[in-house]
Amino acid sequence: MASLKELSKKKDLLTSGHRLCSGCGVSIAVRQILLAAENPVVVSSATGCLEVATTIFPYTAWKPSFIHSAFENSAATISGVEAMYKSLQRQGKIPEGKKIDFIAFGGDGGTYDIGLQSLSGALERGHRFLYVCYNNEAYMNTGIQRSSATPYGANTTTRPVGKKSFGKSVDRKDLTQIAIAHKIPYAAQASPSHWNDLVTKVRKALNCGGASFMNVIANCNRGWRNDTGKAVEMCRLAVQTCYWPLYEVENGKLKINLKPKEKKPITEFIKDQGRFAHLKRPENQHVVEELQHMVDHDWEHLLALEKLEA
Amino acid sequence: MAKLVSMTGNQAVAECMRQINPDVVAAYPITPSTEIMQIFSEFVADGAVDTELVTVESEHSAMSACIGAAAAGGRVMTATSACGLALMWEMLPIASVMRLPIVMTVVNRALSAPINIHCDHSDSMGCRDSGWIQIYSENAQEVYHNVIQAIKISQREGVWLPIMVCVDGFIISHSIESIELLEDEKVKDFIGEFKPRLPLLDLDHPVTYGPLDLQDYYMEHKKQFDDALRNSKETVIEVAKEFKKEFGYDYGLIDKYKLDDAEVAIVVLNSAAGTGKHVVNKLREKGVKAGLLRIRLYRPFPYEEIRDALKNVKAVAVMDRAVSYGAQGPLFPEITAALYDSPSRPKLKNIIYGLGGRDISIEEIEDIFCSLDDVVRTGKVGNVYQWIGVREDNKR
Repeated sequence: MASLKELSKKKDLLTSGHRLCSGCGVSIAVRQILLAAENPVVVSSATGCLEVATTIFPYTAWKPSFIHSAFENSAATISGVEAMYKSLQRQGKIPEGKKIDFIAFGGDGGTYDIGLQSLSGALERGHRFLYVCYNNEAYMNTGIQRSSATPYGANTTTRPVGKKSFGKSVDRKDLTQIAIAHKIPYAAQASPSHWNDLVTKVRKALNCGGASFMNVIANCNRGWRNDTGKAVEMCRLAVQTCYWPLYEVENGKLKINLKPKEKKPITEFIKDQGRFAHLKRPENQHVVEELQHMVDHDWEHLLALEKLEA
Repeated sequence: MAKLVSMTGNQAVAECMRQINPDVVAAYPITPSTEIMQIFSEFVADGAVDTELVTVESEHSAMSACIGAAAAGGRVMTATSACGLALMWEMLPIASVMRLPIVMTVVNRALSAPINIHCDHSDSMGCRDSGWIQIYSENAQEVYHNVIQAIKISQREGVWLPIMVCVDGFIISHSIESIELLEDEKVKDFIGEFKPRLPLLDLDHPVTYGPLDLQDYYMEHKKQFDDALRNSKETVIEVAKEFKKEFGYDYGLIDKYKLDDAEVAIVVLNSAAGTGKHVVNKLREKGVKAGLLRIRLYRPFPYEEIRDALKNVKAVAVMDRAVSYGAQGPLFPEITAALYDSPSRPKLKNIIYGLGGRDISIEEIEDIFCSLDDVVRTGKVGNVYQWIGVREDNKR
């Protein structure tokens, strides 16, 4: 387990002065992830907020080597980088003891949707890398369009609230379970609100010897329509309501890392978010109930899975 | 000693890859290029190469992994065909403008729909504007030589560009030819050691690949890139000279066959040149001043060399094995542009042939030469744009 004292002595690998929005949850999550790495890292990123706002030529906010090639292929791109590392090390062109960690970042659009194939391929092939989905639950970079990570009932620009619409009418995809189904040595869900849990998971992921996956919730105040500065609070509420359970699967064994003593109702999570503002209207009460039902069902399912694998 | 062997075009490419011993190969199978990777996989399995083989889940990921690997700093190769190349399309300009020396064999095949596994050039022509150097090969011997040269061209200082070496699917990829294989050591010496430029894996000098480039820099970067691609022509010539010095084979940007005194000529790419040269020989025996121009380097396009090669010809048929639908064949406007400033400015025809693997016969090429003869006699071109080998009466 990392101590704050230890982490505070490390240098940030993502510099300040990048152009992510003020109060962006992604930069907080990415900083925590990079602080957790114990070896030098090479980063790849999908097209998206993180990439466009940190690499506006002639500037770069990345201290480590960084590559962005396209939207849907962060995992395939890092596969190539890792393959070259393996090849050169085998040929003695990179010293044997020189360990490099490989981290691929993608938003929920570049991971859940268009990038799912390249992620699946890379996980199946077992490259030694960590894939991090920074999940802000919509295509935020292009203007808050729905993604398959967007929750039921949320208002987005391509599934807007209207006379006949209460927002997104279907449940979000469970990408973490899809990643787990690849039988990779390590997969987890994390949140920047629980930094110690997140940092510990990154270390486990990077040391698991193969492909690993982390789904990290990352508040986007523009898309979620909450006050700037509430990123960590929003993510914490996601955990406390069991909307975003913190759990991990290590070598096939599932462990829930945090079971709230008192599970807060989903209304606590959605109440200060503009994307759910319409759910306060009486005619949309059933949507809130359905959302609560979905969260409860998934949480119960997760508890059962943990028990099953105990 | 170089040795003479019987092998298919695909075998020749795989053998060439064994001799090159790339650091990373990422590939996804697609007919007719699949065999290259199957044979190469055996080399990997037997430890005949040091290559890390990444067997990806799609061609898009194949090119993405090649990009990651090349940026990481090493020699990278792949091969594909048709729809596979089309699926890579998004990644092709990314590879080129990042200046990554990836060498890819494109075994030319028709694009769907209708699905067709046989040869035409719609795949490589479809990505001609992606900034890759494009080299076309007449036969298995040449594709073998071209891939070796491509490795050297791609990583030369000032070039640093990806190259696709094109060869006709089935006609060359699956036909057995007699090929002279060069010695492993000599190939190794010829291509030299790979010295990476700005590798991601150099931790002491971190780099950012693929940043956001807005209105303030994008055009400057594209201009620099265009200059680099244009200038690579000189390197293609240099490497051909070095290849000739080392191995005795003579390659240029274009292949001029009996053109010096020709009055009528055809312009072709890839394997049709073989049949075309045969027809030229036949016609020469009859006293017809026929010639052939084969384009080896298609990107960057050698306008001056082509203008010079065709300056004395009176009528030319540009033969395209692909169509820019609603316009003409992709080669035709380039040749027209090359000849526009020529004082003699030959008459030009555009012949579309051989789509989806349809055979091009000796008789058809003879007919084309006959029609060129008519053009010379009458001074009239008639229909500039023609398809040959198509059944006009399409009743079943």
